[in-house]
Amino acid sequence: MQKYSVFNLIKNAFKGHKDWEVAWKDPTPKSEYDVVIIGGGGHGLATAYYLAKEHNITKVAIIEKGWIGGGNVGRNTTIIRSNYMHDENGLFSEFGMDLWRNMSQDLNFNVMFSPRGIINLAHSDAQMNTYSRRGNSMRLNGIDAVLLNREEVRKIIPMADFSENVRFPIFGGLMQPSAGTARHDAVAWGYARQADSMGVDIIQNCEVTGFDVSNGKIFGIRTSKGDIKAKKIGLCVAGSTNILAEKLNMTLPIETHLLQACVSEPIKPILDNVVTFGAGHFYCSQSDKGEMVMGGDLDGYNSYAQRGNLPTLQHVLTEGIAMFPFLSKLKMLRTWGGIMDMSMDGSPIIDKTHIEGLYLNCGWCYGGFKATPASGWTFAHTIAQDKPHELNEGYSLNRFSTGHLIDEKGLGTKTWIS
Amino acid sequence: MLHIKCPHCGLRSQNEFSYGGDATVKRPELNKEVSDQDWDNFVYLRKSPRGKHLELWQHISGCRQWIKVERDTLTHEIFTTLKANEEI
Repeated sequence: MQKYSVFNLIKNAFKGHKDWEVAWKDPTPKSEYDVVIIGGGGHGLATAYYLAKEHNITKVAIIEKGWIGGGNVGRNTTIIRSNYMHDENGLFSEFGMDLWRNMSQDLNFNVMFSPRGIINLAHSDAQMNTYSRRGNSMRLNGIDAVLLNREEVRKIIPMADFSENVRFPIFGGLMQPSAGTARHDAVAWGYARQADSMGVDIIQNCEVTGFDVSNGKIFGIRTSKGDIKAKKIGLCVAGSTNILAEKLNMTLPIETHLLQACVSEPIKPILDNVVTFGAGHFYCSQSDKGEMVMGGDLDGYNSYAQRGNLPTLQHVLTEGIAMFPFLSKLKMLRTWGGIMDMSMDGSPIIDKTHIEGLYLNCGWCYGGFKATPASGWTFAHTIAQDKPHELNEGYSLNRFSTGHLIDEKGLGTKTWIS
Repeated sequence: MLHIKCPHCGLRSQNEFSYGGDATVKRPELNKEVSDQDWDNFVYLRKSPRGKHLELWQHISGCRQWIKVERDTLTHEIFTTLKANEEI
Protein backbone atom coordinates (compact mmCIF):
# COMPACT_ATOMS: atom_id res chain seq x y z
CA MET A 1 0.00 0.00 0.00
CA GLN A 2 1.13 3.48 -0.84
CA LYS A 3 1.98 5.41 2.32
CA TYR A 4 0.43 8.81 2.77
CA SER A 5 3.18 11.26 3.74
CA VAL A 6 4.34 14.74 2.94
CA PHE A 7 7.10 13.29 0.72
CA ASN A 8 4.61 11.27 -1.28
CA LEU A 9 2.40 14.32 -1.53
CA ILE A 10 5.23 16.40 -3.00
CA LYS A 11 6.33 13.57 -5.31
CA ASN A 12 2.80 13.17 -6.64
CA ALA A 13 2.33 16.91 -6.97
CA PHE A 14 5.07 16.90 -9.65
CA LYS A 15 3.12 14.24 -11.54
CA GLY A 16 -0.12 16.21 -11.34
CA HIS A 17 -1.60 13.80 -8.73
CA LYS A 18 -2.41 11.30 -11.48
CA ASP A 19 -0.59 8.27 -10.05
CA TRP A 20 -2.21 7.85 -6.62
CA GLU A 21 -3.31 4.26 -5.99
CA VAL A 22 -7.00 3.67 -5.35
CA ALA A 23 -7.66 3.73 -1.60
CA TRP A 24 -9.56 0.44 -1.74
CA LYS A 25 -10.43 -1.96 -4.53
CA ASP A 26 -13.80 -2.97 -5.88
CA PRO A 27 -13.57 -6.79 -5.89
CA THR A 28 -16.20 -9.29 -6.99
CA PRO A 29 -17.16 -11.52 -4.06
CA LYS A 30 -15.43 -14.89 -3.73
CA SER A 31 -17.55 -17.96 -3.03
CA GLU A 32 -16.14 -18.50 0.46
CA TYR A 33 -14.57 -16.54 3.32
CA ASP A 34 -13.46 -17.27 6.87
CA VAL A 35 -15.44 -14.31 8.18
CA VAL A 36 -18.13 -12.19 6.54
CA ILE A 37 -19.02 -8.88 8.14
CA ILE A 38 -22.42 -7.54 7.11
CA GLY A 39 -22.42 -3.76 7.15
CA GLY A 40 -19.66 -1.51 5.80
CA GLY A 41 -20.10 1.29 8.28
CA GLY A 42 -17.51 2.44 10.76
CA HIS A 43 -18.01 -0.52 13.07
CA GLY A 44 -17.94 -3.12 10.28
CA LEU A 45 -14.81 -1.64 8.70
CA ALA A 46 -13.09 -1.39 12.08
CA THR A 47 -14.03 -5.01 12.86
CA ALA A 48 -12.48 -6.22 9.60
CA TYR A 49 -9.38 -4.13 10.23
CA TYR A 50 -8.84 -5.51 13.76
CA LEU A 51 -9.60 -9.08 12.58
CA ALA A 52 -6.71 -8.73 10.16
CA LYS A 53 -4.40 -6.73 12.40
CA GLU A 54 -4.93 -8.36 15.81
CA HIS A 55 -5.99 -11.88 14.85
CA ASN A 56 -4.37 -12.48 11.45
CA ILE A 57 -7.71 -13.36 9.89
CA THR A 58 -7.56 -11.83 6.42
CA LYS A 59 -9.92 -14.01 4.41
CA VAL A 60 -12.66 -11.54 5.28
CA ALA A 61 -15.39 -9.82 3.29
CA ILE A 62 -17.42 -6.77 4.19
CA ILE A 63 -20.84 -6.81 2.56
CA GLU A 64 -22.40 -3.36 2.24
CA LYS A 65 -25.79 -2.67 0.70
CA GLY A 66 -24.98 0.95 -0.12
CA TRP A 67 -21.52 2.47 -0.14
CA ILE A 68 -18.72 2.92 2.40
CA GLY A 69 -19.42 5.88 4.64
CA GLY A 70 -23.00 6.38 3.42
CA GLY A 71 -24.75 5.35 6.62
CA ASN A 72 -24.48 6.57 10.16
CA VAL A 73 -20.68 6.93 10.04
CA GLY A 74 -21.27 9.77 7.60
CA ARG A 75 -24.34 11.15 9.37
CA ASN A 76 -23.28 11.67 12.98
CA THR A 77 -22.14 14.75 14.86
CA THR A 78 -18.58 13.37 15.29
CA ILE A 79 -18.46 13.56 19.10
CA ILE A 80 -15.98 11.31 20.91
CA ARG A 81 -16.20 10.89 24.69
CA SER A 82 -16.08 8.39 27.54
CA ASN A 83 -17.99 10.32 30.22
CA TYR A 84 -20.00 7.34 31.47
CA MET A 85 -20.78 6.41 35.05
CA HIS A 86 -21.22 2.64 34.78
CA ASP A 87 -18.09 0.50 34.67
CA GLU A 88 -19.07 -1.39 31.51
CA ASN A 89 -19.56 1.79 29.48
CA GLY A 90 -16.73 3.77 31.08
CA LEU A 91 -13.99 1.14 30.69
CA PHE A 92 -15.12 0.22 27.17
CA SER A 93 -15.21 3.84 26.01
CA GLU A 94 -11.94 4.79 27.69
CA PHE A 95 -10.26 1.85 25.94
CA GLY A 96 -11.66 3.41 22.76
CA MET A 97 -10.21 6.82 23.68
CA ASP A 98 -6.70 5.29 23.58
CA LEU A 99 -7.43 3.89 20.12
CA TRP A 100 -8.72 7.32 19.01
CA ARG A 101 -5.58 9.06 20.22
CA ASN A 102 -3.38 6.82 18.04
CA MET A 103 -5.78 6.36 15.15
CA SER A 104 -4.23 8.76 12.62
CA GLN A 105 -0.80 7.13 13.03
CA ASP A 106 -2.24 3.63 13.19
CA LEU A 107 -4.27 4.03 9.99
CA ASN A 108 -1.82 6.37 8.20
CA PHE A 109 -4.84 8.56 7.56
CA ASN A 110 -5.51 11.91 9.21
CA VAL A 111 -8.78 11.43 11.09
CA MET A 112 -8.43 14.94 12.51
CA PHE A 113 -8.97 13.78 16.09
CA SER A 114 -9.43 16.95 18.10
CA PRO A 115 -9.57 16.44 21.90
CA ARG A 116 -11.25 19.75 22.58
CA GLY A 117 -13.22 18.71 25.67
CA ILE A 118 -16.92 18.19 26.28
CA ILE A 119 -18.96 20.16 28.81
CA ASN A 120 -22.32 18.88 30.07
CA LEU A 121 -24.11 21.90 31.51
CA ALA A 122 -25.99 21.65 34.81
CA HIS A 123 -29.03 23.80 35.55
CA SER A 124 -29.85 22.99 39.17
CA ASP A 125 -28.18 22.03 42.46
CA ALA A 126 -29.52 18.51 42.08
CA GLN A 127 -27.94 18.22 38.65
CA MET A 128 -24.60 19.44 40.04
CA ASN A 129 -24.80 16.66 42.65
CA THR A 130 -25.54 14.08 39.95
CA TYR A 131 -22.63 15.31 37.85
CA SER A 132 -20.33 15.26 40.84
CA ARG A 133 -21.26 11.61 41.39
CA ARG A 134 -20.76 10.77 37.70
CA GLY A 135 -17.45 12.66 37.65
CA ASN A 136 -16.19 10.73 40.67
CA SER A 137 -17.23 7.43 39.10
CA MET A 138 -15.39 8.40 35.92
CA ARG A 139 -12.22 9.28 37.85
CA LEU A 140 -12.34 5.95 39.69
CA ASN A 141 -12.22 4.32 36.24
CA GLY A 142 -9.25 6.46 35.18
CA ILE A 143 -11.27 8.84 33.01
CA ASP A 144 -10.61 12.56 33.34
CA ALA A 145 -13.49 14.60 34.73
CA VAL A 146 -13.63 18.16 36.06
CA LEU A 147 -16.60 19.68 37.87
CA LEU A 148 -16.91 23.34 36.86
CA ASN A 149 -18.84 26.02 38.73
CA ARG A 150 -20.80 28.80 37.01
CA GLU A 151 -17.84 31.17 36.77
CA GLU A 152 -15.51 28.50 35.43
CA VAL A 153 -18.04 27.61 32.74
CA ARG A 154 -18.45 31.30 31.91
CA LYS A 155 -14.71 31.62 31.26
CA ILE A 156 -14.82 28.77 28.73
CA ILE A 157 -18.10 29.58 26.96
CA PRO A 158 -18.89 33.26 27.63
CA MET A 159 -21.39 33.33 24.75
CA ALA A 160 -23.78 30.99 26.60
CA ASP A 161 -26.80 32.60 28.25
CA PHE A 162 -25.57 33.68 31.72
CA SER A 163 -28.31 36.27 32.28
CA GLU A 164 -30.18 36.18 35.59
CA ASN A 165 -33.77 35.70 34.47
CA VAL A 166 -33.60 32.58 32.35
CA ARG A 167 -35.69 29.45 32.73
CA PHE A 168 -32.66 27.18 33.02
CA PRO A 169 -29.77 29.14 34.58
CA ILE A 170 -26.30 27.61 34.23
CA PHE A 171 -25.16 26.33 37.64
CA GLY A 172 -21.99 24.73 36.33
CA GLY A 173 -21.01 21.70 34.35
CA LEU A 174 -19.11 18.46 34.12
CA MET A 175 -16.19 18.54 31.71
CA GLN A 176 -14.20 15.71 30.19
CA PRO A 177 -11.18 17.59 28.79
CA SER A 178 -9.88 14.62 26.77
CA ALA A 179 -13.15 14.19 24.84
CA GLY A 180 -13.50 15.77 21.42
CA THR A 181 -14.37 15.27 17.78
CA ALA A 182 -12.91 13.60 14.68
CA ARG A 183 -13.52 13.73 10.94
CA HIS A 184 -16.15 10.99 10.60
CA ASP A 185 -15.66 10.24 6.88
CA ALA A 186 -11.91 9.92 7.37
CA VAL A 187 -12.52 7.24 10.01
CA ALA A 188 -14.49 5.14 7.52
CA TRP A 189 -12.00 5.75 4.71
CA GLY A 190 -8.97 5.13 6.91
CA TYR A 191 -10.28 1.79 8.18
CA ALA A 192 -11.45 0.79 4.69
CA ARG A 193 -8.04 1.56 3.13
CA GLN A 194 -6.08 -0.37 5.76
CA ALA A 195 -8.47 -3.34 5.80
CA ASP A 196 -8.31 -3.51 2.00
CA SER A 197 -4.52 -3.42 2.03
CA MET A 198 -4.45 -6.43 4.37
CA GLY A 199 -6.62 -8.50 2.05
CA VAL A 200 -10.17 -7.73 3.18
CA ASP A 201 -12.70 -7.61 0.32
CA ILE A 202 -14.95 -4.57 0.58
CA ILE A 203 -18.03 -5.40 -1.47
CA GLN A 204 -20.32 -2.42 -1.98
CA ASN A 205 -23.80 -2.24 -3.54
CA CYS A 206 -24.45 -5.80 -2.39
CA GLU A 207 -27.60 -6.52 -0.42
CA VAL A 208 -27.94 -9.48 1.93
CA THR A 209 -31.17 -11.25 1.00
CA GLY A 210 -31.02 -14.31 3.23
CA PHE A 211 -29.04 -16.63 5.47
CA ASP A 212 -28.07 -20.25 5.17
CA VAL A 213 -28.85 -21.65 8.62
CA SER A 214 -29.44 -25.27 9.51
CA ASN A 215 -29.30 -27.22 12.78
CA GLY A 216 -28.57 -24.06 14.74
CA LYS A 217 -25.45 -23.28 12.72
CA ILE A 218 -24.80 -20.66 10.06
CA PHE A 219 -23.09 -21.66 6.83
CA GLY A 220 -23.33 -18.57 4.65
CA ILE A 221 -25.39 -15.74 3.25
CA ARG A 222 -27.39 -15.10 0.12
CA THR A 223 -26.76 -11.75 -1.53
CA SER A 224 -27.73 -9.80 -4.62
CA LYS A 225 -24.31 -10.78 -6.00
CA GLY A 226 -24.65 -14.51 -5.30
CA ASP A 227 -24.25 -16.91 -2.40
CA ILE A 228 -21.25 -16.58 -0.11
CA LYS A 229 -20.13 -19.30 2.28
CA ALA A 230 -18.55 -18.35 5.59
CA LYS A 231 -17.65 -20.06 8.85
CA LYS A 232 -18.40 -16.96 10.87
CA ILE A 233 -20.72 -14.06 10.15
CA GLY A 234 -20.84 -10.76 12.02
CA LEU A 235 -23.93 -8.59 11.91
CA CYS A 236 -22.99 -4.93 12.17
CA VAL A 237 -25.81 -3.00 10.54
CA ALA A 238 -27.04 -0.49 13.15
CA GLY A 239 -30.52 0.72 12.16
CA SER A 240 -31.08 -2.20 9.79
CA THR A 241 -30.50 -4.83 12.50
CA ASN A 242 -34.18 -5.68 12.85
CA ILE A 243 -34.59 -6.19 9.09
CA LEU A 244 -31.86 -8.83 9.05
CA ALA A 245 -32.98 -10.29 12.39
CA GLU A 246 -36.38 -10.97 10.84
CA LYS A 247 -34.70 -13.01 8.08
CA LEU A 248 -33.01 -15.01 10.89
CA ASN A 249 -36.29 -15.47 12.81
CA MET A 250 -34.80 -13.53 15.71
CA THR A 251 -36.57 -10.89 17.77
CA LEU A 252 -34.20 -8.47 19.45
CA PRO A 253 -34.40 -5.89 22.27
CA ILE A 254 -33.92 -3.21 19.61
CA GLU A 255 -36.18 -0.63 18.00
CA THR A 256 -35.20 1.46 15.01
CA HIS A 257 -35.65 5.19 15.43
CA LEU A 258 -34.66 8.31 13.56
CA LEU A 259 -32.14 10.84 14.87
CA GLN A 260 -31.59 14.18 13.18
CA ALA A 261 -28.61 16.48 13.04
CA CYS A 262 -28.02 19.81 11.39
CA VAL A 263 -25.34 22.38 10.62
CA SER A 264 -25.58 26.15 10.40
CA GLU A 265 -23.88 28.35 7.86
CA PRO A 266 -20.13 28.67 8.59
CA ILE A 267 -19.11 31.44 10.98
CA LYS A 268 -15.85 32.62 12.51
CA PRO A 269 -14.45 30.46 15.34
CA ILE A 270 -16.54 30.95 18.48
CA LEU A 271 -16.89 27.55 20.16
CA ASP A 272 -13.83 25.40 20.80
CA ASN A 273 -15.52 22.67 22.88
CA VAL A 274 -18.45 20.33 22.61
CA VAL A 275 -21.27 21.62 24.83
CA THR A 276 -24.47 19.85 25.83
CA PHE A 277 -27.59 21.44 27.30
CA GLY A 278 -28.53 19.88 30.63
CA ALA A 279 -32.24 20.70 30.75
CA GLY A 280 -33.13 18.89 27.55
CA HIS A 281 -31.32 17.07 24.80
CA PHE A 282 -29.15 19.34 22.67
CA TYR A 283 -25.46 19.25 21.82
CA CYS A 284 -23.32 21.57 19.80
CA SER A 285 -19.79 21.92 18.48
CA GLN A 286 -18.14 23.95 15.73
CA SER A 287 -16.63 22.21 12.74
CA ASP A 288 -13.28 23.16 11.24
CA LYS A 289 -15.20 24.79 8.40
CA GLY A 290 -16.98 27.00 10.94
CA GLU A 291 -20.41 25.40 10.83
CA MET A 292 -22.20 24.93 14.14
CA VAL A 293 -22.91 21.17 14.29
CA MET A 294 -26.03 20.44 16.30
CA GLY A 295 -28.25 17.55 17.29
CA GLY A 296 -30.59 16.34 19.99
CA ASP A 297 -33.66 14.19 20.37
CA LEU A 298 -34.96 11.28 18.33
CA ASP A 299 -38.02 11.95 16.20
CA GLY A 300 -39.79 9.79 18.76
CA TYR A 301 -41.50 7.02 16.80
CA ASN A 302 -40.23 3.94 14.95
CA SER A 303 -38.74 5.05 11.65
CA TYR A 304 -36.58 3.74 8.83
CA ALA A 305 -36.97 6.93 6.81
CA GLN A 306 -33.42 8.37 7.06
CA ARG A 307 -35.01 11.80 6.91
CA GLY A 308 -36.44 13.82 9.74
CA ASN A 309 -39.49 15.75 10.73
CA LEU A 310 -39.60 19.47 11.54
CA PRO A 311 -41.37 19.45 14.95
CA THR A 312 -38.40 17.62 16.51
CA LEU A 313 -35.89 19.91 14.85
CA GLN A 314 -37.77 22.95 16.13
CA HIS A 315 -37.87 21.49 19.65
CA VAL A 316 -34.15 20.71 19.62
CA LEU A 317 -33.15 24.12 18.28
CA THR A 318 -35.35 25.88 20.84
CA GLU A 319 -33.15 24.27 23.48
CA GLY A 320 -30.09 25.32 21.52
CA ILE A 321 -31.18 28.94 21.47
CA ALA A 322 -31.91 28.79 25.23
CA MET A 323 -28.28 27.75 25.71
CA PHE A 324 -26.58 29.85 23.01
CA PRO A 325 -28.88 32.78 22.08
CA PHE A 326 -26.63 33.77 19.14
CA LEU A 327 -27.70 30.61 17.29
CA SER A 328 -31.03 32.29 16.49
CA LYS A 329 -29.20 34.67 14.10
CA LEU A 330 -27.73 31.84 12.01
CA LYS A 331 -29.13 30.35 8.83
CA MET A 332 -29.46 26.59 8.64
CA LEU A 333 -27.22 25.05 6.01
CA ARG A 334 -28.23 21.39 6.09
CA THR A 335 -30.34 18.98 8.10
CA TRP A 336 -30.33 15.21 7.78
CA GLY A 337 -31.29 12.05 9.61
CA GLY A 338 -29.97 8.57 10.30
CA ILE A 339 -31.66 5.48 11.69
CA MET A 340 -30.54 4.34 15.14
CA ASP A 341 -30.62 0.89 16.67
CA MET A 342 -32.12 1.87 20.03
CA SER A 343 -31.57 -0.84 22.61
CA MET A 344 -33.92 -1.26 25.54
CA ASP A 345 -31.46 -0.06 28.19
CA GLY A 346 -29.55 2.46 26.08
CA SER A 347 -26.39 0.35 25.98
CA PRO A 348 -25.05 -1.70 23.07
CA ILE A 349 -24.89 -5.44 22.39
CA ILE A 350 -21.67 -7.14 21.23
CA ASP A 351 -22.15 -10.86 21.65
CA LYS A 352 -22.54 -14.32 20.21
CA THR A 353 -26.05 -15.45 19.35
CA HIS A 354 -27.94 -18.73 19.78
CA ILE A 355 -26.95 -19.53 16.17
CA GLU A 356 -23.44 -20.99 16.05
CA GLY A 357 -21.14 -18.82 13.96
CA LEU A 358 -23.40 -15.76 14.03
CA TYR A 359 -22.23 -12.72 16.00
CA LEU A 360 -24.18 -9.59 16.79
CA ASN A 361 -23.08 -5.97 17.14
CA CYS A 362 -25.93 -3.49 17.59
CA GLY A 363 -27.82 -1.23 19.99
CA TRP A 364 -25.59 1.83 19.71
CA CYS A 365 -28.39 4.36 20.26
CA TYR A 366 -27.00 7.91 20.20
CA GLY A 367 -23.35 6.92 20.70
CA GLY A 368 -22.21 4.76 17.81
CA PHE A 369 -19.55 6.97 16.27
CA LYS A 370 -17.36 7.43 19.33
CA ALA A 371 -17.47 3.67 19.91
CA THR A 372 -16.19 2.82 16.40
CA PRO A 373 -12.64 1.67 17.30
CA ALA A 374 -13.53 -0.06 20.59
CA SER A 375 -16.55 -1.73 19.00
CA GLY A 376 -14.48 -2.99 16.08
CA TRP A 377 -11.69 -4.15 18.37
CA THR A 378 -13.93 -6.07 20.77
CA PHE A 379 -16.21 -7.44 18.03
CA ALA A 380 -13.14 -8.74 16.17
CA HIS A 381 -12.00 -10.40 19.41
CA THR A 382 -15.45 -11.91 20.01
CA ILE A 383 -15.55 -13.35 16.48
CA ALA A 384 -11.93 -14.56 16.40
CA GLN A 385 -11.91 -16.14 19.88
CA ASP A 386 -15.58 -17.18 19.81
CA LYS A 387 -16.08 -15.48 23.18
CA PRO A 388 -16.48 -11.89 24.33
CA HIS A 389 -13.49 -9.89 25.56
CA GLU A 390 -13.79 -8.71 29.18
CA LEU A 391 -14.44 -5.19 27.83
CA ASN A 392 -17.66 -6.28 26.13
CA GLU A 393 -18.75 -9.07 28.49
CA GLY A 394 -21.36 -6.75 29.95
CA TYR A 395 -22.80 -6.00 26.49
CA SER A 396 -24.42 -9.40 26.34
CA LEU A 397 -27.61 -10.20 24.47
CA ASN A 398 -29.16 -12.12 27.35
CA ARG A 399 -28.69 -9.35 29.94
CA PHE A 400 -32.28 -8.30 29.34
CA SER A 401 -33.67 -11.64 30.46
CA THR A 402 -31.20 -12.05 33.32
CA GLY A 403 -31.74 -8.51 34.59
CA HIS A 404 -28.17 -7.28 34.23
CA LEU A 405 -29.14 -4.10 32.40
CA ILE A 406 -26.68 -1.26 31.89
CA ASP A 407 -29.17 1.52 32.34
CA GLU A 408 -26.84 4.49 32.08
CA LYS A 409 -29.57 7.04 31.55
CA GLY A 410 -32.16 5.52 33.86
CA LEU A 411 -34.72 5.49 31.05
CA GLY A 412 -35.87 1.92 31.55
CA THR A 413 -37.13 0.02 28.56
CA LYS A 414 -38.20 2.99 26.47
CA THR A 415 -34.97 4.68 25.47
CA TRP A 416 -36.85 6.40 22.67
CA ILE A 417 -38.88 8.53 25.09
CA SER A 418 -37.80 12.11 24.67
CA MET B 1 -45.18 16.70 10.05
CA LEU B 2 -47.48 13.73 10.65
CA HIS B 3 -51.22 14.32 10.65
CA ILE B 4 -53.00 11.75 12.76
CA LYS B 5 -56.74 11.21 12.60
CA CYS B 6 -57.83 10.75 16.19
CA PRO B 7 -60.92 8.48 16.16
CA HIS B 8 -62.45 10.75 18.82
CA CYS B 9 -61.42 14.25 17.63
CA GLY B 10 -60.59 14.05 13.92
CA LEU B 11 -57.45 15.04 12.02
CA ARG B 12 -54.84 16.72 14.24
CA SER B 13 -51.15 17.62 14.06
CA GLN B 14 -48.50 15.26 15.40
CA ASN B 15 -47.61 17.88 18.03
CA GLU B 16 -50.77 16.99 19.98
CA PHE B 17 -49.77 13.33 20.36
CA SER B 18 -47.19 11.36 22.27
CA TYR B 19 -45.92 7.99 21.13
CA GLY B 20 -46.52 4.75 23.00
CA GLY B 21 -44.74 2.11 20.92
CA ASP B 22 -45.73 -1.24 19.42
CA ALA B 23 -49.45 -1.94 19.91
CA THR B 24 -49.23 -5.64 19.15
CA VAL B 25 -47.35 -6.47 22.34
CA LYS B 26 -49.59 -8.30 24.82
CA ARG B 27 -49.02 -8.21 28.56
CA PRO B 28 -48.93 -11.71 30.09
CA GLU B 29 -52.20 -12.52 31.78
CA LEU B 30 -52.58 -11.89 35.49
CA ASN B 31 -52.94 -14.76 37.98
CA LYS B 32 -51.21 -17.20 35.68
CA GLU B 33 -47.81 -18.80 35.71
CA VAL B 34 -45.62 -16.57 33.51
CA SER B 35 -42.25 -17.80 32.28
CA ASP B 36 -39.19 -15.54 32.21
CA GLN B 37 -39.25 -15.84 28.42
CA ASP B 38 -42.81 -14.46 28.31
CA TRP B 39 -41.80 -11.48 30.43
CA ASP B 40 -38.74 -10.97 28.25
CA ASN B 41 -40.92 -10.96 25.13
CA PHE B 42 -43.34 -8.49 26.64
CA VAL B 43 -40.89 -6.06 28.21
CA TYR B 44 -37.89 -6.02 25.88
CA LEU B 45 -38.29 -7.79 22.55
CA ARG B 46 -39.71 -5.89 19.58
CA LYS B 47 -40.09 -6.73 15.90
CA SER B 48 -39.64 -3.10 14.83
CA PRO B 49 -40.64 -3.83 11.22
CA ARG B 50 -39.79 -1.71 8.20
CA GLY B 51 -43.19 -1.11 6.66
CA LYS B 52 -46.61 -1.43 8.29
CA HIS B 53 -46.47 -0.98 12.07
CA LEU B 54 -49.44 -0.98 14.44
CA GLU B 55 -48.59 1.41 17.24
CA LEU B 56 -50.04 3.24 20.23
CA TRP B 57 -50.29 7.00 20.43
CA GLN B 58 -51.86 9.14 23.14
CA HIS B 59 -53.77 12.27 22.16
CA ILE B 60 -52.14 14.00 25.08
CA SER B 61 -52.98 17.59 24.15
CA GLY B 62 -56.48 16.67 23.03
CA CYS B 63 -58.93 14.10 24.36
CA ARG B 64 -56.08 12.30 26.23
CA GLN B 65 -57.28 8.93 24.89
CA TRP B 66 -54.87 6.21 23.82
CA ILE B 67 -55.40 5.22 20.18
CA LYS B 68 -53.98 2.70 17.72
CA VAL B 69 -52.37 3.90 14.50
CA GLU B 70 -51.30 1.75 11.57
CA ARG B 71 -48.37 3.59 9.99
CA ASP B 72 -45.61 2.80 7.51
CA THR B 73 -42.24 3.19 9.27
CA LEU B 74 -40.47 3.89 5.97
CA THR B 75 -42.85 6.32 4.24
CA HIS B 76 -44.78 7.52 7.35
CA GLU B 77 -48.06 6.95 5.50
CA ILE B 78 -50.90 6.42 7.97
CA PHE B 79 -53.36 3.74 6.82
CA THR B 80 -55.90 3.55 9.63
CA THR B 81 -56.48 4.78 13.15
CA LEU B 82 -58.55 2.95 15.74
CA LYS B 83 -59.80 3.35 19.28
CA ALA B 84 -57.55 1.58 21.77
CA ASN B 85 -60.04 -1.28 22.31
CA GLU B 86 -60.64 -1.90 18.62
CA GLU B 87 -58.82 -4.62 16.65
CA ILE B 88 -57.61 -4.11 13.12
